[in-house]
Amino acid sequence: MREGYLNLETLWFALIAVLWIGYFFLEGFDFGVGVLLPFLGRDDVDRRILVNTIGPVWDGNEVWLIVAGGATFAAFPEWYATLFSGFYLALFLILAALIFRGVAFEFRGKGRHPEWKRWWDRAIFWGSAVPALLWGLAFANILRGVPIDANKEWAGSFLDLLDPYALLGGATSFLLFALHGGVFLTLKTDGEMRDRARRAAELLAWPATAAVLGFLTWTFFNARENGGTAPGVVRGVVPVVALIAVAAVAWLLRMKLDGWAFLATGLAIVGVTATIFLHLYPRVMVSSLGGANDLTIWNASSTHYTLKVMTIVALIFAPLVLAYQGWTYWVFRKRIGRKDIEEQPNTV
Amino acid sequence: MDAFHLARWQFAITTIFHFFFVPLSIGLVFFTAVMQTAWYRTKDPTYLRMTKFWGKLFLINFALGVVTGIVQEFQFGMNWSAYSRFVGDVFGAPLAIEGLAAFFLESTFIGLWIFGWNRLSERVHLATIWIVTIGTVLSAFFILAANSWMQHPVGYRVNPATGRAELHDFAALLTNPTLWTHFPHTILAALVTGGMFVIGVSAWHLLRGHETTVFRRSAAIALVVSLFATVGVALSGHLQGQQMTKQQPMKMAAAEALWNTTRGAGLSLFAIGDVGEGRNDLNIQLPHLLSVISTNSWNGTVEGINDLQRRYERMYGPGSYVPAVGVTYWTFRVMVGTGLLMILISAVGLWLLRRRRLESAKWFLRLAPFAIALPYIANSTGWILTEVGRQPWVVYGVMLTRDATSPAVGLGLVLTTLIGFTLIYGVLTVVDVYLLTRFARSDPPVVETPAAGPTLVY
Repeated sequence: MREGYLNLETLWFALIAVLWIGYFFLEGFDFGVGVLLPFLGRDDVDRRILVNTIGPVWDGNEVWLIVAGGATFAAFPEWYATLFSGFYLALFLILAALIFRGVAFEFRGKGRHPEWKRWWDRAIFWGSAVPALLWGLAFANILRGVPIDANKEWAGSFLDLLDPYALLGGATSFLLFALHGGVFLTLKTDGEMRDRARRAAELLAWPATAAVLGFLTWTFFNARENGGTAPGVVRGVVPVVALIAVAAVAWLLRMKLDGWAFLATGLAIVGVTATIFLHLYPRVMVSSLGGANDLTIWNASSTHYTLKVMTIVALIFAPLVLAYQGWTYWVFRKRIGRKDIEEQPNTV
Repeated sequence: MDAFHLARWQFAITTIFHFFFVPLSIGLVFFTAVMQTAWYRTKDPTYLRMTKFWGKLFLINFALGVVTGIVQEFQFGMNWSAYSRFVGDVFGAPLAIEGLAAFFLESTFIGLWIFGWNRLSERVHLATIWIVTIGTVLSAFFILAANSWMQHPVGYRVNPATGRAELHDFAALLTNPTLWTHFPHTILAALVTGGMFVIGVSAWHLLRGHETTVFRRSAAIALVVSLFATVGVALSGHLQGQQMTKQQPMKMAAAEALWNTTRGAGLSLFAIGDVGEGRNDLNIQLPHLLSVISTNSWNGTVEGINDLQRRYERMYGPGSYVPAVGVTYWTFRVMVGTGLLMILISAVGLWLLRRRRLESAKWFLRLAPFAIALPYIANSTGWILTEVGRQPWVVYGVMLTRDATSPAVGLGLVLTTLIGFTLIYGVLTVVDVYLLTRFARSDPPVVETPAAGPTLVY
């Protein structure tokens, strides 16, 4: 058995964790905006404000998912194969949701009929709500353990995914993303919409905190028997930070410290996702049919040659991506209000 | 029908749908970038209006290319887990690099371009559309690197201990000769797709005397590019054919319905035969031409299906190594036929334009909108030829398609997602065609300066 953390397999486990964390942080708020759309958008101008807050960035955010998928394929093909053939229907639902959601942003403003917009608004809501829920469900299942046989093949059904712990995971991601989206809107809108977004976020803050507390506690108790080999200190500190962060959101919002509240919801998402990966390590999927069937970074990975090639590619491109995505957020830092929308009809 | 066949249908449907949108995106973004560059240089507002008009059509189409592309990233794992396990070490790398190096670039800069008209300087804003263009081309390169490896595997070896293909030469993957004929062929075909679209839509407007300055200039740019690109597609396709004769002789033999190895083989124009018996009942040929095209020699030898089948049985064991001959043969003819027709259309259009008779040639303006369909037919039949002709292999000579499916995914599951994806894509195609038609018929926006245009477009 290999030891220590200084190896390519651990590096790629960490990089894939970072990709998922980045994906949940970024697409988390645009899922949240989508989920809040029917509640905060009282008329079409409102709804256009909401959609335009994420307009320039949602597509770039979604690429984090594509790259997480591609990186998993390249670095841990067995993980990629088992996960997506196993979580088959759940993944299909996520893909269908993301398809409708993506075209809805582009198409909603391009029809004349009010029914046209109403249908695409539904697509934005469900297309955001379904993945927000299913991602938490999926990752809780990866950690909890699902039926994987000795050939690394999935040996269960869709119903195996609907376990109480996993459902709590789904509720946690849903509430956290909705909260994250609400807080994001307090930073990106002004006037009445900003107040409305803050009220929505205040309402969501306590249920989200309760869900995070429940999920992390349950994870902690599960982990006492089955917790992986990441350093115990880190595994202890990260969830506590996540919990403190989410608990602070309600207070930060009341103090009108919106920027800090956004950092706090972001930190909570980062912390909860990191907790899952820290408890997994060095496994990538836990088998409920016995530890011998676990997929680990050792038995699921590509060769060192491929991992080296991928490491070089990542060293070149990852800093570039971070630089230009960061720059995009800077370019579109301005708040959006009713005046901006009313000046500009849809480009029909 | 078993899960295996349904999985193949699903891959075919989702991938062909995806490739309805991709070539038009690659082609139209290029034309949009050229027009914006012309505006940046001349400050002639007509070019700005052209940029906005074609840019909007590009965006409607781009959205569908993006969302159907998400499925591509995951469906190898969903329905083809045995394939993913076997090839992941080699095949995963170009897919991941495509995401990191190309897709991030496109998706981020497209947002900057759409929403950045008033926030960025003119020069930086122009750069964003060119970066999107480069992103689409890079994207195509890495995806084709992955596909070319399935056609002509290089730079790997199968590890007997793990039973998996392992990468040992990444450079070989990127210098795969198959990639370097597929890549220009695909990019040029995308330019043709964009070109025929611009020509067809412009012709529709010119026939009605709408906005003749905008659409004459649009048609002029598209006709010039299309003539070069259609000829380029044919030339690169010719190189592909010669390469195929060496690398995948069975595909070439099936594409020509050439049953027996022949010296000085003729090029078949029309054949009816009996696939079970392995012969043609009727075959109209141009003598010697197949040998000339595929071997550069009047009496060159081209291997036939029956002889190749015997050879492959000796190499790989019993079984059929013959792809669906009818599909391979006819898709090849349809692809080449529509390709030649598009060369003719571009040439005639350009000739009319140079004679200043484009706007008065009503017959050409009436026919040109129908030409928008031609590249779609050629692109789809081209890929069907490439992929069906490779069967029964998923990785040529290395892994059979039948061995590539997901053991954990049964008939019911594949059927569910097959129906689901087909319905979703069907609905979205209808919406896409409706929107493209409506916006293609609308007047180009009246904008004198970019500041007059909208900055919040959703």
